[in-house]
Amino acid sequence: MFRKLHDPGPQAVTIFIDGRPVVAEPGESVAAVLLRQQEGWNRTTPVSQSPRAPYCMMGVCFECLVEIDGQGSVQSCLTPVAAGMRIARQQGRRSLSA
Amino acid sequence: MSEHTDLLIVGAGPAGMAAAIAARRHGLSVRLVDEQPAPGGQIWRGIETVAATPRAARLGESYLSGADRAAAFRACGALYEPESQLWQIEPGFRAFITRGGKARIVTAEAIILATGAQERPVPFPGWTLPGVLTVGAAQILLKTADSVPEKPVWIAGCGPLPLLYMTQLLAAGGRIAGFLDTTARGRVRAALRHLPQGLGRLGDLMKGLSWSLALRRAGIPTIRHVTELVAEGEGRLQRLRYRAEDGREAEVPAEVLLVHEGVVPNIHAALALGCAVRWHAGQHCYVPVLDAWGETTQANIFIAGDGAGIGGAEAAEPRGRLAALRVAARLGRLDDAAAELAAAPERGALSGALALRPFLDALYAPRPQLHAPPDETLVCRCEEVTAGELRARALEGRPGPNQLKAFTRAGMGPCQGRQCGYAMAHIVAAAQGRPVEEVGFYRIRPPLKPVTLGELASLDEQEPAA
Repeated sequence: MFRKLHDPGPQAVTIFIDGRPVVAEPGESVAAVLLRQQEGWNRTTPVSQSPRAPYCMMGVCFECLVEIDGQGSVQSCLTPVAAGMRIARQQGRRSLSA
Repeated sequence: MSEHTDLLIVGAGPAGMAAAIAARRHGLSVRLVDEQPAPGGQIWRGIETVAATPRAARLGESYLSGADRAAAFRACGALYEPESQLWQIEPGFRAFITRGGKARIVTAEAIILATGAQERPVPFPGWTLPGVLTVGAAQILLKTADSVPEKPVWIAGCGPLPLLYMTQLLAAGGRIAGFLDTTARGRVRAALRHLPQGLGRLGDLMKGLSWSLALRRAGIPTIRHVTELVAEGEGRLQRLRYRAEDGREAEVPAEVLLVHEGVVPNIHAALALGCAVRWHAGQHCYVPVLDAWGETTQANIFIAGDGAGIGGAEAAEPRGRLAALRVAARLGRLDDAAAELAAAPERGALSGALALRPFLDALYAPRPQLHAPPDETLVCRCEEVTAGELRARALEGRPGPNQLKAFTRAGMGPCQGRQCGYAMAHIVAAAQGRPVEEVGFYRIRPPLKPVTLGELASLDEQEPAA
């Protein structure tokens, strides 16, 4: 739903969203990259499994939670991208066997 | 890194940075913790990176002015801890901070909370759909990621920020489908009586007018006095319905809708610390009770910046310096007379910066419909509790927000009531026929941000053996 106005060029890094390589620019947040993806959502809610996407981009709404490098429920708007980072969208509530 | 400093500052925006610089000048040791990866707060978000890029120019002068501030802050000698979340402060003071998945305790003699503001929550049906974001969020995306909505975007709300963002978006080559202006009818007249005292801020007024003119020249369709909004779609925003005060209704296709109804102070930390707050009728929110230095009702805890009441960046800096002066005097680095002398120009700057505020508050006062969302609206985004459920429960035995929280889980999710607190208060007040300020707010308890068991365990390792 968003697009980047410039090409990050040689400093671009690759991160992985649900296993798919995606180009990102150092300095931007994981949430900013998620908002450029076709899917348009980053988690489904624990209560009704409805899809959610980043809303406030400043750390207060907690809608942008994703799994980053194995850690669940990380605020992606507060997390800068890093080369090789592995992001997983979160589905519903967490389970003990996950 | 020493775990004790004279002063702990929370937040690296205009107030926090100004406070740090002033405190260092008077010889205090200072630790500043901030959630973001770089200094600047929301107003100067990403300034250190962006200032050197071609896009800096189109973000405007007031954004660029943050570059010098960030540089001065970096050079001031404060211990700066970015990407850190503060989640508890105990008397003494012992502050609990998480950084990089590890929690630890730092200590300080005094604390300045410079935690700023958040956009006023704007519950309406469909506001949880992917594709609905705040204007502030879109501006952060523009500043930090050079990103704009792919398709022509709808913007709904009122206040200076939507106007500023729209002009920045047009300058960046973005496209606007339309502006749904929610400023209520009669607000201009109500605001005008506050204009004389604001005339000293003619520059700000002209800036606002120039934004409006630029939008008119660009031919942005504007619908005035919009009262109600509904966002609809399957799994994401696809359609937008709105109704204006004169009854006009329309449905338009939409992929991204940006909303903004002003900003309110972040008061969670202040509330958790037991600092008294009062209802600010002009700004329709709670503000902390502060003395002329910004000290709260809890000794040696200060609040500076928009967290003290909305005033903008220009008011935030003198507020930060005033608090720092007082702390320096308390800790014996400055005698009281010298502190008073140094405070005089800061107080002058503060009152100048606030002169236009009553005009803006009256002009952009929230429309009444904002606080009375339709029954189907999810008021609590986290726990998915509707306005209808809260309304029905509010009539059973006159419960307050905290009882309703226990009954319904509204306010218990990860955002801890930051999005539903005011809506809850207004719904309870309306259902019970009480003034909103009498209903009160959620009782805020630590942790202020969610903490994992692993983080807590990492804290134990650092405690000295008993």
